[in-house]
Amino acid sequence: MDTPPPVIQLDAASKRFGNGVQALEACSMQLASGEFVSLLGPSGCGKSTVLRLAAGLEQPSSGTVYSPALQGAEAATAYVFQEPALMPWASVFDNVWLPLRLAGHSRAASRDRVEAALRGVGLQDFGAAFPAELSGGMKMRTSIARALITQPRVLLMDEPFAALDEITRSRLNSDLLALWAAQGLSVLFVTHSVYESVFLSQRVLVLGQRPGRVVAEVRINAPYPRSAAFRRSGAYLHACAELSAALEAAYGDAA
Amino acid sequence: MKARHLLPALTLLALLLAWELLVRLAHIPHYTLPAPSLIAQTLWANFGSLAGSWWFTLKVTFSALALACAGGVLIAAVFALSPAVEAALFPVAVILQVTPLVAIAPLILIYIESTTAALLLCAWIVAFFPILSNTVLGLRAADANLRDLFRLYRATPWQRLRLLLTPTALPYFLGGLRISGGLSLIGAVTAEMVAGAAGRETGLASRILEASFRTETPKMFAALTLLVFTGMLIFWAFNALSHHLLRTRQKNG
Repeated sequence: MDTPPPVIQLDAASKRFGNGVQALEACSMQLASGEFVSLLGPSGCGKSTVLRLAAGLEQPSSGTVYSPALQGAEAATAYVFQEPALMPWASVFDNVWLPLRLAGHSRAASRDRVEAALRGVGLQDFGAAFPAELSGGMKMRTSIARALITQPRVLLMDEPFAALDEITRSRLNSDLLALWAAQGLSVLFVTHSVYESVFLSQRVLVLGQRPGRVVAEVRINAPYPRSAAFRRSGAYLHACAELSAALEAAYGDAA
Repeated sequence: MKARHLLPALTLLALLLAWELLVRLAHIPHYTLPAPSLIAQTLWANFGSLAGSWWFTLKVTFSALALACAGGVLIAAVFALSPAVEAALFPVAVILQVTPLVAIAPLILIYIESTTAALLLCAWIVAFFPILSNTVLGLRAADANLRDLFRLYRATPWQRLRLLLTPTALPYFLGGLRISGGLSLIGAVTAEMVAGAAGRETGLASRILEASFRTETPKMFAALTLLVFTGMLIFWAFNALSHHLLRTRQKNG
């Protein structure tokens, strides 16, 4: 089986912040084109730093980071934060339009694409609504539509569903997989949930405690599309057990 | 909606009624404390002459407020762009703010020949600071994730200012505006009190002084009523403006 070329690659990347915190230490990992990979670890293990390096929002202190964002390919990388990060003064439509607007596309010229993106996340009837009128799940859908509006190659997601309730979270997980399959995305997904990472990913990378680096890798070999039934399958439970064991090995009983 | 307005209106009415009764039952002479009814009569009888002064006070107040908006926002933008300029000039702004207006108004009246211009400067000095400090705060308050997003999509500095910083700063600016609206009226009146009835045109403060020299207490109250009315109008107008501009940001807005 030939491996597709990586869209993101970290080679012994380290990151020390100005305040002396060593967030990453010689961290190496790859995200292949079209792949869905989760980064799993507790809060403060440097997961977000990996995403910020990949997005070009931070520079590595040492080592190298290869990513389309750093290659100057504009809008090839999209980022979804833990908070929806919507502009409260702008309608849902205008929030989703933002990346195109910043690239110089007028509202009229962007209309079809914005409406398609809203349909993609099931918010076609909410373009005129304002963020204050939306539920948490709808805000996150808007945030995802905004990320996908530029048709990025790489989607970086930083615990996007952590603040949502279990039911909304499951639904968004399924919708995300559908979008991933439909749009040929490569997704790097940060989470602290074993179950979420198993349900979504082809590979899960376990990050060790600060300074962070990849300490274990678990392949989830279940086929897509994955339905709710997958959550009850033996393969799912087995993968969860394997990951939990890897976390325990990395963090002790506390994990 | 109705009950929200009814309660303060009834309270005000009750206070006025109590005032009226107190004056009538205690036989307080009108040169000590005129009854509300007499004040209303005086206001009505003198409205022609008071209106000119009222107009002058309004002109000074709103000109000062407009200049305070322009100056405050402009200086705030410069401060936001250059921390060095802010570090250098912010103490000067604080000095202007903490110096009591009545203490420097006589100096300003000496240095500036035109009384109107001097009054305008006095009102401006007290009105610009809340707008400046609030806008500086607002320009810095942009959401960290949104700032990252604008970087990720390679927004130009102009796009950042127009689409992120300005809308973020708007509620802060409006908060400053509501404070400055009242302050510019206070500034205009205070400065005129110090200036006395010196200029060609005179505002309501001069009329209060003038009436006080002649012990025309009801006329003092009549001018005062106009000032209070103006202050409340400014407060309500900016409250309504702020509510209107920010209506989409509030829940159920």
